[in-house]
Amino acid sequence: MIAFIQWLQSTPLSLSVRRISWLIPMMQTLHILANGLVLSAIIMIDLRVWRRSGAEPLADRVRRLLPWLWAALGVLTVTGLVLVLGTPRRTLLDPTFQVKMLIMLIAIVATLALTAVLRRVAPERVAAGRMAGIFASVAGAATLLLWLGATIAGRGRWIANVIG
Amino acid sequence: MLSITDALHWVEHTPVAAFVSHSTWGFSALLSVHILAVAIVFGMIAMVDLRLIGIAAKHSAITALCREALPWTWSAFALSALTGLLLFTAQPVKYWGNDAFRMKFAILALAGLNMLVFQLITYRGVARWDRDTAVPWAGRLAGAISLASWIAIVAYGRWTAYLMI
Repeated sequence: MIAFIQWLQSTPLSLSVRRISWLIPMMQTLHILANGLVLSAIIMIDLRVWRRSGAEPLADRVRRLLPWLWAALGVLTVTGLVLVLGTPRRTLLDPTFQVKMLIMLIAIVATLALTAVLRRVAPERVAAGRMAGIFASVAGAATLLLWLGATIAGRGRWIANVIG
Repeated sequence: MLSITDALHWVEHTPVAAFVSHSTWGFSALLSVHILAVAIVFGMIAMVDLRLIGIAAKHSAITALCREALPWTWSAFALSALTGLLLFTAQPVKYWGNDAFRMKFAILALAGLNMLVFQLITYRGVARWDRDTAVPWAGRLAGAISLASWIAIVAYGRWTAYLMI
């Protein structure tokens, strides 16, 4: 891993990321903003699943929010990659970063599964509040917890003071 | 009389401040929760703002959107204020003199004022433009100011850390 990090740090791309002083804070800002959109989109879908909102049909809400969710995830990925390029030691060497990647992977799979189910299979059954509804409520809560976990776990913040 | 500098020094020597600045995980844990809470505040407010500006959710009722988003926004805001206050105790004198930190709070005040004007004046007539009708210019302006303010608040918050070293 050390050899990989040394190679990564020596790439022209990593050098230019680190040379532009405002690039890292700007990427971090965009990363936080996109993170907020992902969490909020999940919360809004969950509120409908938990029957806390009757504003619009569940399938409509999922369809409306999904493009925002995936666009925000795209921004998260791109800014995240730039941040790894700019601060490889702070991210790749941090054990919590690997935990974060793992939680994130599960969160993405869970989000895909949840939204696919909500869009196609179960909308009317979820609305009827039967088993499918209970399942969707639990799956919705689990997805939100996974994303909260991925947000908290990573970005090298936990031992940032130690390895800079 | 107690000056601000005296008060900041007093804060710096409270047991809470000692914990936040000296424990190995205290500051990091608080910062993680702070950023998470601020991100949720931004995401929730952005949804309402984008609706007001006319970019997203054009056919959803604004009143329903506000009713759903507000409890989450205020809970997350309370959490960010609490964690922010605790983070502040770690180095009160340095934060107080940090230009990015000052900008962040100046813009937060602007965002608060914008929200007050919107809630007390513009929002009173919401029944006329709740859905499927163009939002009046005052509502669009409030949405734009709010969105720009919150982007700037997050940016200056991040910038604050770079001026602490």
